[in-house]
Amino acid sequence: MNEITRIGPADGVAALEGAIAPERPALPLAVLAEITHRCPLQCPYCSNPVELERSNAELSTDEWKRVISELAGLGVLQFHFSGGEPTARRDLVELVAHASKAGLYTNLITSAVLLDEKKLAALKEAGLNHVQISFQDSDERIANRVAGYKDAHRKKLAVAGMVRAAGLPLTVNAVVHRQNLHHLPEMIQMSIELGAARMEVAHVQYYGWALKNRAQLMPTVEQLDEATRVVEEARERLHGTIVIDYVIPDYYARRPKKCMGGWGRQFFNISPSGKILPCHAAESITTLRFDSVRDHAIEWIWNESEALNKYRGTSWMPKPCQGCEMAEIDWGGCRCQAFALTGDAGNTDPACELSPRHQEIFQMAKAESEADERRFLYRNFAGGTWEKIDDPVA
Amino acid sequence: MDGAASSTPGANVHKRVVITVNSKPALPSFVRLHHDKARDRWVILVPERVLVPDETAVEIVQMCDGVKTVRDLVDELAKKYNADRALITVDVLAMLQDLADKSFLEDKGATP
Ligand code: SF4
Ligand code: SF4
Repeated sequence: MNEITRIGPADGVAALEGAIAPERPALPLAVLAEITHRCPLQCPYCSNPVELERSNAELSTDEWKRVISELAGLGVLQFHFSGGEPTARRDLVELVAHASKAGLYTNLITSAVLLDEKKLAALKEAGLNHVQISFQDSDERIANRVAGYKDAHRKKLAVAGMVRAAGLPLTVNAVVHRQNLHHLPEMIQMSIELGAARMEVAHVQYYGWALKNRAQLMPTVEQLDEATRVVEEARERLHGTIVIDYVIPDYYARRPKKCMGGWGRQFFNISPSGKILPCHAAESITTLRFDSVRDHAIEWIWNESEALNKYRGTSWMPKPCQGCEMAEIDWGGCRCQAFALTGDAGNTDPACELSPRHQEIFQMAKAESEADERRFLYRNFAGGTWEKIDDPVA
Repeated sequence: MDGAASSTPGANVHKRVVITVNSKPALPSFVRLHHDKARDRWVILVPERVLVPDETAVEIVQMCDGVKTVRDLVDELAKKYNADRALITVDVLAMLQDLADKSFLEDKGATP
């Protein structure tokens, strides 16, 4: 059975949140597939692992089709095509058509720079249900600089228009950090003008590439407070016009985020080479081995994989999580963050005020944000390239 | 509707849909009422979420064909359940407005 939470008092409609049995959760309703790590952009906060998977390791068209059919057969309802840049794969239309025929609701999570009217029409024809486009800023110069790609912003604006013209619903995803937060009101306005029905304002989460760029991205405490105020004000003012989802950075929080709704509990994603991961950053935990759809049935991996079982439920928890009244609410926070900051994924997430490391982490974040280092390490297959300050991309 | 690309700034803006008894509600193309065979129940598929309507909500959403007005829906329900029209009207409007505010419902009767 699944846990159901009401999302409105009078609507008779509840949002499904996933499985209830903590140690043996049912298969998720939605799956995210990173069908490739290739991407023309170089965002310094990219959630992909620092060790990107090369194209020759990617699942083939037939393998992805098999995976999609398998998921539909297991009762999965939604399939998110993500990456890297999913449109970098030539077989995307074929895969969307396959998912759509299998009865799955399909979503494309894209940077948009490789799309045009023709490709969009083909995707729509294939049955695509929804498009999410990431924006780096509302200011063209900063947007292109963050993306590490000339002309990215103008292309994104154009493609967003095409998405709406094709009659497809649009979500704008804005990743925010110290170097673009001053434009948050303009980014909200931009989303409205683009005709987006939904916007995600997501503070950078610090693992993978973002961890390498933490000092360059960490907001100040004042910026965070201001951003929260801006979002709350906009939500009220724009009620019914645009839905704004807000992801806060937890270094400054008192309690950790309920990461992925709990490890291996309501969600998994599939890496380009077919590994089943409890979250997109899980491979940053280098002590774990994840199983691949190439070697096992998906249902078996979900139930039996050692890596997925390792931090399921509450029995693995150390103090202060063990016995804490929040244990089944936040599930001890984020394993990737625990690993990145303490070297052991089995520790309490230091974002929690009750963690012995919390004060230290909070002070570090504050000091980094105030030092205001700006030069990015760009994401690429070469392990990263430093931004050239005298030769800006834009 | 608001699909056509336009050079006028703001012409593309998604406007709040206000549901009244004269509205002709319908699910937009990206919102799908789907019978989930694996779990034998109805779900509403929307971006990033799966919604589970209760029995009454399923019945109402199934009636939202973009032709019938909310008044028609209320009439049908009042007759079927032999219940008070005013009470049903309040419930139906609240439920539909909530869906509309999440952009999961459109009004085919609204002047564009
Ligand atoms: S975050 Fe940026 S670099 Fe990473 S996949 Fe998305 S668009 Fe590409
Ligand atoms: S101690 Fe653990 S379970 Fe308790 S609030 Fe902190 S992270 Fe959550």
